[in-house]
Amino acid sequence: MKFQIPIGPQHPALKEPISLRMTVEGEIIRDADIRLGYNHRGLEKLAEQKTWIQNIYLTERICGICSHSHTTCYVQGVEKLMELEPPKRGLYIRTLVAELERVHSHLLWLGVAGHEAGFDSFFMYTWRDREIVMDILEIITGNRVHYGINTIGGVRRDLDEQQIKHILDSLSVLRQRSEYYKHLGTNEPSFVARLAGVGYLSREDAIALCAVGPTLRASGVPMDVRKDDPYAVYDEVPFEVCTAETGDVLGRTVVRIKELFQCYNIIEYLLKNLPSGPVAVRAPRRAKPNEVVSRYEAPRGENIHYIKSNGTDKPERLKVRAPTLGNYAATIKMLKNGFIADVPLIFAAIDPCICCAERAVSLVDARTGQEKIIVMNDLKRLSRRLSAGNIRKREAEWPL
Amino acid sequence: MATVKTLIYLVIYPGLLFLFLYSTFVEWYDRKLYARLQNRMGPRHTGRFGLLQPIADFFKLMSKEDIVPDRADRKMFSALPAVGLAIVFTAMLLLPVWNYSLDRPSVISFNGDLIVLLYLLSLPTFIFFLAGWSSTNLFSTIGGARVLTMLFGYEVPLFLAVLSPAVLANSWRLAEIAAFYRQRPALSLVNLLGFVIALICVQAKLERTPFDIPHAETEIVGGTFTEYSGKKLALFRLMMDAEMVVAAGLLATVFLGGFPGGALLGLVNFIIKTLVVIFFLSLIRATTSRIRVDQVVSFAWKYLAPLAILQLLIVILVKGLIS
Repeated sequence: MKFQIPIGPQHPALKEPISLRMTVEGEIIRDADIRLGYNHRGLEKLAEQKTWIQNIYLTERICGICSHSHTTCYVQGVEKLMELEPPKRGLYIRTLVAELERVHSHLLWLGVAGHEAGFDSFFMYTWRDREIVMDILEIITGNRVHYGINTIGGVRRDLDEQQIKHILDSLSVLRQRSEYYKHLGTNEPSFVARLAGVGYLSREDAIALCAVGPTLRASGVPMDVRKDDPYAVYDEVPFEVCTAETGDVLGRTVVRIKELFQCYNIIEYLLKNLPSGPVAVRAPRRAKPNEVVSRYEAPRGENIHYIKSNGTDKPERLKVRAPTLGNYAATIKMLKNGFIADVPLIFAAIDPCICCAERAVSLVDARTGQEKIIVMNDLKRLSRRLSAGNIRKREAEWPL
Repeated sequence: MATVKTLIYLVIYPGLLFLFLYSTFVEWYDRKLYARLQNRMGPRHTGRFGLLQPIADFFKLMSKEDIVPDRADRKMFSALPAVGLAIVFTAMLLLPVWNYSLDRPSVISFNGDLIVLLYLLSLPTFIFFLAGWSSTNLFSTIGGARVLTMLFGYEVPLFLAVLSPAVLANSWRLAEIAAFYRQRPALSLVNLLGFVIALICVQAKLERTPFDIPHAETEIVGGTFTEYSGKKLALFRLMMDAEMVVAAGLLATVFLGGFPGGALLGLVNFIIKTLVVIFFLSLIRATTSRIRVDQVVSFAWKYLAPLAILQLLIVILVKGLIS
């Protein structure tokens, strides 16, 4: 007997609204479908009405986890447009925050994976230790989530000796804890039984379906923007691209844990080789008419911003391609012929950030299957027309 | 006098009142232990050390709005929580706590009450299945199917593991089994393997991690209980807590020598021994992750069932040696 089960738009496994529809036979998934568009915020349109500087804080709000990734990606693009050369110390601090963000994002993901697999102790432990990174970020930038440290031409805050010492001390604690998670995540029998062989994605499929980030690297493709197209100071910093050959959720876990250790090495290197000098240069208010594509390796994968300027102090167009969007096609492939029980794990394994990925709403007519893009004003008009006849309930009745 | 004694047995100890209070305490104990193992505080707001939190939760749920889905079988949907609770509370009466005599079998302690108790502990599983099925919700239906699938895995190893001490004691009566191991404590060591198997199976029966598959929230929302709310959900939760007490009591009787010493000392014995069993159950819950339903069945038949048979063989050999 085949039937469809909906996962989302509202479901306890999903922290953000997205709709996954599974056609299942018993416990086995025969077909899967992803529907987007529940979380559209019109950020790109808004960006066209704000100045270059204001847009830094707008792009920061694309995502709550990789907020630094989006600003850095944007700021790098704008710096190219304005032909600015940020000072070395500024770039080092920018990279430092980026790597700390990667650490907190990966620790968060480990916890989420534990929770989706029903391993709540793992979740509680990783999230407790994630607080250490959050504290470091707060000490450097003053904020825990939206750091607001990037500015066009450098960064806004400098580091002092005391902060560096604190970060290095905390780092040794984190290293120790990560060793423990590495052991637990790859040895605890019931956890590994849930991860191994689940959501398999072959090397060929991963390349053909344009997977990005740890999902791609777990299928054995050593692709990382930090190595392939170095930005900031990644050409000076020694690090390795972490891969796994298994192509399953266990591989994605291993890649992320390996990356954690690479992050610690990078952070240590950056702090020990921090050059002196200013942290930012003055940026002009306008940019010459031009266009640019900026790439950035976010914790979840490759992040792309396309920016077009027209000579004013506002961008003409800003287009954001978040890493999650790049992984959707591969997710469908991974879900097919799996178990219902593995859906949350497989979906969580791409580390989805739905609010990052949602860029436009398209409506599908249920009868004809026609798609059309609709603008906000039309939606408003539609809802007013539909609700015109309704009698408004003045007082809701108390159920007891 | 006998009537008063029976009345006390039914209503106060170990009947309604005691089981209600003790199962809320056990829920607190389990939650607190689970939280401490995860480096959290656990309940601490209501009452001293948060001891009244489960009771507060129970009464809060009782006062919540109670919804029955339109397409659900209304009678069955409403009757199931009450029936389930009644079954578990009846099962509690069969545990040899006090008010029984070893020489004279009575209605609460007779030859074969072990089987009756196991039977009464199997019924809640069917109640959960029916609850999921009668809700007509998609998630509940899947949850209900998972309940039954799991049952085929753990039920046989549980029966074998619990019956092997009975074989050694040469009795099907709980009070006699307990008395046998009290007289020869060294012989309970023979059943160590059976105890471990029974612990794992009880964990599966109680649907706790790693076997919380029928109501895995990240997969199928509330599972069997998706459509239940208010009073009915409160009764179900109480039923699961009471089931934990009864199952722990059963293991304590069969493997740990029961609860000697009459009403008062027996009570102390009962509390200490069940808490020891529940400690192990909480430990398993905190240190494992949820496995898949097919993994439960294969694990049960590949490892648990053969080991349970091995235990039975050991018991038969030992029995031959000592007689």
